[in-house]
Amino acid sequence: MSFENPWVHGLVLGLIIANVSLGVTGYSIWFERKFAGRMQSRPGPTVVGPWGLLQPIADVLKLMQKEDIIPASADKGLYNLAPPLTVFFVLSTLAVIPVAPGWIVADLHIGILFALALGSLGVFPVWMAGWASNNKYALLGGMRSAAQSISYEIPLLLSATVPIILADSFRISDIVEAQLGGHWFAFWPPGPGMAAFVLFFLCSLAESNRIPFDIPEAESELVSGVSTEYSGMKFGLFQLAEYLHTFIISLTAAALFFGGWDGPGDNDGFVWMAIKTLTIFVGIFWIRWSYMRYRSDQLMAICWKFFLPLGLALVMFSALWVHWA
Amino acid sequence: MNKIESTPGNFILNEDVQWTTVGGVKVPVELITPAWPDPFLDVEDYDPDGDLMVLNMGPQHPSTHGVLRVKLVLDGEVCIKCVPYLGYLHRGVEKLCEKLSYVQITPIVDKNDYVSPMTNELAINMAFEALIGAEVPRRARYIRTICAEIQRVGSHLLWLGTFGLDMGGAIGGGGSIFMHTFRERELLLDLFEDLTGCRFHYNTHTVGGNRHDIPAGWADKATQVLRVIGTRLVEYEDFVRDNHVFRARTVGVGIIDPQLAIELGISGPVLRASGVDVDLRRDQPYAAYDEIDVAVPTETGGDCFARYLVRVAEMRESIRIATELLTGVPEGPICSLKPVKLPGAVKAKHGRGVYTAIESPRGELGTFVVGNPERRQSAIPYRCKIRSPSMHALQLLPYLCPGNNISDIIVTLGSLDPIMGEVDR
Repeated sequence: MSFENPWVHGLVLGLIIANVSLGVTGYSIWFERKFAGRMQSRPGPTVVGPWGLLQPIADVLKLMQKEDIIPASADKGLYNLAPPLTVFFVLSTLAVIPVAPGWIVADLHIGILFALALGSLGVFPVWMAGWASNNKYALLGGMRSAAQSISYEIPLLLSATVPIILADSFRISDIVEAQLGGHWFAFWPPGPGMAAFVLFFLCSLAESNRIPFDIPEAESELVSGVSTEYSGMKFGLFQLAEYLHTFIISLTAAALFFGGWDGPGDNDGFVWMAIKTLTIFVGIFWIRWSYMRYRSDQLMAICWKFFLPLGLALVMFSALWVHWA
Repeated sequence: MNKIESTPGNFILNEDVQWTTVGGVKVPVELITPAWPDPFLDVEDYDPDGDLMVLNMGPQHPSTHGVLRVKLVLDGEVCIKCVPYLGYLHRGVEKLCEKLSYVQITPIVDKNDYVSPMTNELAINMAFEALIGAEVPRRARYIRTICAEIQRVGSHLLWLGTFGLDMGGAIGGGGSIFMHTFRERELLLDLFEDLTGCRFHYNTHTVGGNRHDIPAGWADKATQVLRVIGTRLVEYEDFVRDNHVFRARTVGVGIIDPQLAIELGISGPVLRASGVDVDLRRDQPYAAYDEIDVAVPTETGGDCFARYLVRVAEMRESIRIATELLTGVPEGPICSLKPVKLPGAVKAKHGRGVYTAIESPRGELGTFVVGNPERRQSAIPYRCKIRSPSMHALQLLPYLCPGNNISDIIVTLGSLDPIMGEVDR
């Protein structure tokens, strides 16, 4: 039973990475609330612990104590299955993303495809929740979510194809290694690389239902969308999945387009990966607290009329770039 | 994207619009639609298979601005029929007015339009003064006008915040707008606290004048606050008007036909955004409006964006009017009658009725009062009817909603600025 054994290796690293990610996610909620507070000229959480640092723990404790309500007319099995399943799909994505050299749970040779496939499976629990709640708002939210996720899957995959072509590998650690020494795909090829990153970023926002693409949740229209009927920790799991998804987007974008752990000085540890991930993370918060929400038909129009042609053009460009350069 | 400049005193009027006349009022031709949706559509005729969903939006819903219930018949996510149900906040204010004396009514009507309470006091006391024949001293008229304009700014600020919430949700960009507009509204409430001792339900107007005089230094403070808000309005333009998502959600959404609006009795910013140039402050001046020029901003878009532009321009104009009036408040008494000691101090000794109307932040706020000729009842009105602009605005919903999806319905409803306290009374 050495560390070389893939089972031991995967279990140990998986536990560490999953728990660290959950911790980061919990504190990202605290950070987002502080950040939003500053943007809105108010202090944010201050009461629980110094600078409100214990707020996420208090929130989770509160959610656990809440009564777990299952509507009488709900489909009980699906209703209960949906929240853990959302977290499961999101969390499994972490297995194929390297956080530092050698720090990867399963270095799959189709890592990026695996990550995107699990990301797109995330639509099923959301639709399950919308259907099983037997609530009209939840149903509308689920329908919107299904339409949105399926549409944005295509440009997301196309934008992720650009680094795949440039690095000539589906393995995420290979993609990171191809960028070592400052050849980050976001800046090289100049222009299209950044365009691919922006496309990936926006489509991921749409995948994870963040503002300005949060129409499945749409709390001003659909009360709370698919999570309308959920209470207590089941509602908490939906929130956890959303934040975790945001964190994983940042992690993936840092690995695919910003060279992962590559950076000046010490470039074989977590430092640069963490800096890049958190920068993208804060960018997502910034967007969230500055923009309003698109309408669902506008969202579809953006995807099919603008993102999809852009994605195809970028894939073609990167193929030609690799061919001639 | 054309940038529209709106600076104080320079209002946005699209000169290229073709005009026509409807019922003696000039309206833009392009907003006239040949047919309106049928508000009494038979759902069975529309879809005999019964494949439609009925969604009761409200009375508990985050975006119905109180306890409005809207029954929506949805085909997919598109509304085909909309029926608003009112009355969830009915408190019998008009019946209460038949039981309370003239001086007791003012604090009751404060709670009608709870976003700009002082305009209710102004409206009802103007009606009582016309009924009784009481004069209002010039100083009191000035204070009333200044307060009414500051209330208008506060009301429109709250509207802007909640309109942002309707579009972006409480957790997101909409919430940021809301927080910022509330920061400014707080300054205005502080002003009223200094003036009357209350932040919200003031009870400061009375028959024949005001209860509270301007305290020392208040005029300077108010001018300062209004100047600060004027500069903050410029910041909002970057945040709201020039925001791509805001434009995508409001331009061309909820276009109101001015002909329909006139037929339904719509007034205020909603009507002015459809190109109808009507404002009671200018057309039939009350209080101190005859001593100052009121510029009336109008827009020809008729959509939610036009209503946003009109309200922001009105805020600017109100700031200008209030600042100008604050420099020249005349000396003198603030009430023409003796201070009230007993509820029965003010009496109308005849049974005639009067109707007076003011331009509240939401439109024509009218009051119809009939005096009671009976000697023992002469301190109590025989009948008091309040014509609230929000109630008329909500009657537009069955015409605006069909053909739109839920997102647009929420934005359209928000742009009408209904206050349920005023609708249901």
